[in-house]
Amino acid sequence: MSAKYQKVGYYPGCALEGTGHAYNRSTKALGKKLGLDLVEVKNWNCCGAMEVKNIDPKLQSYLSSRVMSIAANEMGLDTVMAPCNGCYHNLKKAEYDLANDPATIETVEKLSGKAGHKAYQAEQVETIHALDWIKQAIGEDGIRERVKNSLSGLKIANYYGCMYTRPRHIFPEKDQGGDSESTLQPHYMDDLLAAAGAEIVDYPLKTACCGGAHTLADSDISTKLVLNLLRTAETCGADVIATECPTCHSGLEMHQIRAETEFQQKTKPVILYFTQLLGLALGVKPKKLGIHENISDALPLLKSRNLA
Amino acid sequence: MTNFDAIECRIDLLSQGQTDASAAASELLALGEQVLELWIEARDETPGQEKREGFRLLALHRQGARGEPSFNACRETCRELVYHYNLIALEPEHQDIAKRIMLAAMVAKHLCLFVGGKMAVAEIGEFCCSSRDAQAAAR
Repeated sequence: MSAKYQKVGYYPGCALEGTGHAYNRSTKALGKKLGLDLVEVKNWNCCGAMEVKNIDPKLQSYLSSRVMSIAANEMGLDTVMAPCNGCYHNLKKAEYDLANDPATIETVEKLSGKAGHKAYQAEQVETIHALDWIKQAIGEDGIRERVKNSLSGLKIANYYGCMYTRPRHIFPEKDQGGDSESTLQPHYMDDLLAAAGAEIVDYPLKTACCGGAHTLADSDISTKLVLNLLRTAETCGADVIATECPTCHSGLEMHQIRAETEFQQKTKPVILYFTQLLGLALGVKPKKLGIHENISDALPLLKSRNLA
Repeated sequence: MTNFDAIECRIDLLSQGQTDASAAASELLALGEQVLELWIEARDETPGQEKREGFRLLALHRQGARGEPSFNACRETCRELVYHYNLIALEPEHQDIAKRIMLAAMVAKHLCLFVGGKMAVAEIGEFCCSSRDAQAAAR
């Protein structure tokens, strides 16, 4: 396992302080249980998400670069871990643009000077996702050795969403064969949860669109997309959809309810963050993992499997 | 009823498994092609007839993504539809055939919903994958 990831810069991002609070709580609880050191990037800012990108993509690159600059130049960190797919994607995109686009470099240098901090230089830090963090720092064997409450009997569909693997060119470390992550068929969440004893179902829509930001313009389309994700998971036999992105997670939760109230379509799978599932397997109490903060009520299912 | 609504209805009907398995698989693949044809035609192009890896659906996806990288957000959905077509076509008598047809239909439906939704907001690009620079559009 990589000692490099024992201590990483933690960039929670805005969603983890709001709708994704349970993801924040469970990521920290999981890190603590595993003896991993999360050092929150001080004075971090929004990654630019969708809104800033829609105004000016270079400004979005600057915002992401500032987070990496603080981690590298002010905190001496060499790795930044972002659990949110949007933040992870934007940091990766900024990294790519700063290595390849002179106009982005110029904008970042100019704005960094105005803001009074060192401009981030490409490759000063490595950006990883929470899945990379656990997979590389602990691995499947490490999880297997530490399991106290096996997830055995729990059927899980792993949903990665769209931004964890796209666009392919900003993730040069993926698709490298061996144990590297795949952009076509991501498997890190499958590997980790299987190591915790879960039965992973073959889920054909693991990287399909959840409607995400589109819900602001046309909620019905987002509800239909989510309903199809839920129905498909149900058809695959899943009790649980595991997520690794706060936007996907809250979209699945909210549109599951909306599908019921607006379209009278009830679906059974409960939605849990992969960090919550791993935490349960390692013996962390549900409350410390924020399971009570989820909209999707997983407690009856978890109690029936002696996991809560 | 829009073309997308009609395709969605047909997919729902096929998911019920009342059609011969091989015929259902072929029709679901053809419906996927129709979805991509609508996208390509809306961009004032003529849908091609060539195939990639033996499937017109995959060639149409490549055509649809040309100059529009955000369309790659449905690349894996197209590949999953091809995979499920193969599963059904190669073993039409398999004991899980009803489930396989239903899953193929769900994958086809996702493609239809995604592309239909994407076209409905083509001007403003609110899908995460198609967000665009508002200032560049104004210029």
